[in-house]
Amino acid sequence: MDKPYLKFEQIGMSFRRGQIATEVLRDVNLTIVRSEFVSLIGHSGCGKSTLLNILGGLLQSTAGEVFLEGRVVDEPGPERAIVFQNHSLLPWLTVYGNVAIAVDKVFGRAKTRAERHDWVMHNLELVQMAQARDKRPHEVSGGMKQRVGIARALAMQPKVLLMDEPFGALDALTRAHLQDSVMEIHARLGNTVMMITHDVDEAVLLSDRVVMMTNGPSATIGGILKIDLARPRRRLELAVDPEYARCRAAVLEFLYARHRVPVRAAA
Amino acid sequence: MQARAIAVAPGAIAPDGQAEIVPFRAPARPALERLRERGARVASVVLPPLIVLGLTLLVWQLLCSSPKASLPAPSKVIADSWDFIVHPFYDNGGIDKGVFWHLIKSLSRVAVGYSLAAVAGVALGVLVGQSLWAMRGLDPIFQVLRTIPPLAWLPLSLAGFRDAQPSAIFVIFITSIWPIIINTSVGVRNIPQDYRNVAAVIRLSWWEVFWKITLPATVPYIFTGLRIGVGLSWLAIVAAEMLIGGVGIGFFIWDAWNSSRISDIIVALVYIGIVGFLLDRLIAAVGGLVSHGVSAQ
Repeated sequence: MDKPYLKFEQIGMSFRRGQIATEVLRDVNLTIVRSEFVSLIGHSGCGKSTLLNILGGLLQSTAGEVFLEGRVVDEPGPERAIVFQNHSLLPWLTVYGNVAIAVDKVFGRAKTRAERHDWVMHNLELVQMAQARDKRPHEVSGGMKQRVGIARALAMQPKVLLMDEPFGALDALTRAHLQDSVMEIHARLGNTVMMITHDVDEAVLLSDRVVMMTNGPSATIGGILKIDLARPRRRLELAVDPEYARCRAAVLEFLYARHRVPVRAAA
Repeated sequence: MQARAIAVAPGAIAPDGQAEIVPFRAPARPALERLRERGARVASVVLPPLIVLGLTLLVWQLLCSSPKASLPAPSKVIADSWDFIVHPFYDNGGIDKGVFWHLIKSLSRVAVGYSLAAVAGVALGVLVGQSLWAMRGLDPIFQVLRTIPPLAWLPLSLAGFRDAQPSAIFVIFITSIWPIIINTSVGVRNIPQDYRNVAAVIRLSWWEVFWKITLPATVPYIFTGLRIGVGLSWLAIVAAEMLIGGVGIGFFIWDAWNSSRISDIIVALVYIGIVGFLLDRLIAAVGGLVSHGVSAQ
């Protein structure tokens, strides 16, 4: 664990609607090292998506800066590829086309046409979607769409991979399957990943650190839990692992005892 | 091992725990039965309109068969206009031509006016859909202009062009452009933010966003507008041609009225209806072909 790779410095975010300004985030400070897998967890409306979108460059923070390898982040770009919650595949393109549109744009100069084709196929193979390359998004299942979304993001060779509740819309079995795939890919490629999740088990299973957010408005980081579980992790073994249980309990305790959803927000 | 030697019936579980896969074959049905099924399906589509058509003709025949009837009965229409029906391709020069040439002339006017409207309509629609200021400036004007009846434009365009041909084309243009503009702009405004985010992350240029995101995402909307537009332009051309004269199905009807050939008018109406129907289906089919997958979401 060496020098900071990705750094959030005093991030603040307010949305202004007419006369009323709502402060969503305040004083968010976080440092992430290379190859680290970090989850952001918190109740709905705590600003975790906002934080991810600021890192993605889709939103501009109203205070503070994000630095990636020492450079300020101020616009979207392929070095911060995003896996969107609802897959966001372009329905008129095939599975192959959805990855290729990103590869052609990002590596249009650096790679030849044949190299780009191989790279698209390589990434589709990585998520086990190579055999469905000519299908259109509406012809494949939700889990498969999300695999393609992950392949598209990975194919950009991002410095940091952003995942916005990537498995939120999937059923439990498909979700477990994809989590395993993501762990495997992370082990193989060593990406730096920042993932938003609602799911305590998912956060503990996948992450090196779990960043827990307090409730909004003016949300900030309430605590960071380091997950000291050896990799590769297997969900069956972890189910009886005392360290896993301790981490899980710690996150639950944070979410439901210390930062319960205020009654007015829950209503 | 002794047990291995025992033959395993197909479909049973093999001794090593692996199931044998037996392909499922649907029982073959006799060709006659399949033919009958297909026939029944075709009949269920074709028969009802034919029955209604037959009944309509029958009622019409009964209503108009008295000698005092002001409109000809179907049998009289066919008898009167037999030459006109069976010789659609004759050409005696001037406006004395078969119905085919009249239709072609009308269609060619529609083709020019409608193509111009499609190009300009999509371009303006994208502009209005993408730019808030263009929408604020143009949309109220469009909403007023689109309510003007097509023929109200004709005298003005005759004054402007001083020629019948471009005036008719202009009327087609101005009639069919509004639904194209409005539907395109709605389509552009409805492009999901997700697609724009994807475009932003992979850093598509403005031009690439237009070609690779905006247009394909808007295609179903554009074709809805184009379909409405082609129907309107076919409505307008007949009326416009009645006024400008010359070859064309509209003036043919006017001419037939002036020479009291009522049966010819009825035949011409049937042709106009069929051509309008085919135009609508054509645009719908092209739309379906172009927007593969998009609307299937």
